Amino acid sequence: MCIDCGCGSQTEHHHHHDHDHHHEHDHDKAHDHHHDQPARTVRIEEDLLAKNNRLASGNRALFREHGIFTLNLVSSPGSGKTSILEKTLRDLQSEMHFAVLEGDQQTANDADRIAATGVPVHQINTGAGCHLDAHMVAHGVEHFHLDKLDILMIENVGNLVCPASFDLGEDHKVAVLSVTEGEDKPLKYPHMFRAADLMLINKVDLLPYLSFDLNRCLAYARQINPDMRIIEMSCVSGVGMEEWYAWLRQQVTQKQLKAS
Amino acid sequence: MHELGITKNIVDIAERNAREQGAQRVLTVTVTVGDLSGVVADAVEFCFEVCIQGTLLEQARLIIERVEGKGRCRECGAETAMDTMTFSCPACGSFALDRLAGEELSIKEMEIE
Repeated sequence: MCIDCGCGSQTEHHHHHDHDHHHEHDHDKAHDHHHDQPARTVRIEEDLLAKNNRLASGNRALFREHGIFTLNLVSSPGSGKTSILEKTLRDLQSEMHFAVLEGDQQTANDADRIAATGVPVHQINTGAGCHLDAHMVAHGVEHFHLDKLDILMIENVGNLVCPASFDLGEDHKVAVLSVTEGEDKPLKYPHMFRAADLMLINKVDLLPYLSFDLNRCLAYARQINPDMRIIEMSCVSGVGMEEWYAWLRQQVTQKQLKAS
Repeated sequence: MHELGITKNIVDIAERNAREQGAQRVLTVTVTVGDLSGVVADAVEFCFEVCIQGTLLEQARLIIERVEGKGRCRECGAETAMDTMTFSCPACGSFALDRLAGEELSIKEMEIE
């Protein structure tokens, strides 16, 4: 039984338990009761994302306690999130301990690719769901030995809309945009690029073959989020990877200093 | 379509509060949705009809109060109305706008009996 969410499951719990609400109360009573109970107004003032935010705070506290630096990777499908992870894990797993949560509507294909690197991974299938939420992450990390981790990478469902609204307890959202997409993605999906602290512009090795205007993309990104850090990279040619690794190392060190 | 999940939250929160109050049914429920919240009010209305089936809100009317976006420029301090396509300060052109209002997403009150 999960104390935080009361969902009664320790593992493999990815459905929205809101569905299973059974109303024992006989609804018809409302219509045939005759004593006059006057209508009254009740103030509630409750955030609609309060439940997710509460669970996300719980995740954040858990990660802080264990000194685990956590990233929430968001992008449209096909931007290269999994490829970036594969390369990063292969290059850095000798110096830090990773775990990966993979979010997709269906299949364990991405988890299989990550598992091939030897890093612990758990696949979350959201079914009809368009985003990961804090509840799924809370149960997802039950599959890992948190004491042994330095970094948790959460690869969200490929979707530039909905994941922007759901805090998972991460330190930062990282938005990945590949140069095979339009350079105006930051303008089209401002919520996501505003929520991200870091943007990875991936597949820059393909720039010579595309009409993608990198400078325009950078300008658009700055318009949406002037504080966002931006790294141009390619996990095929390797350009920019060292800058990304340096950022990861620095962030992990900072997180562990805070935890100790 | 995260509006479906959001709307379920509205119904769940309202129903929980209604039961705590010993109400027989909910007549109206008022929610506050900011124009910059990333939630489409029309989609919430659409989902509401489905989500209230079999709950104390079955005959409830949904009232959505929209909050217009407002921002303040970090460079010159000017305050401006903001929508999701507002990127720069109309006074000085800076892109560094802090949001003051418009990100609200909450259930405000309800009428019960």
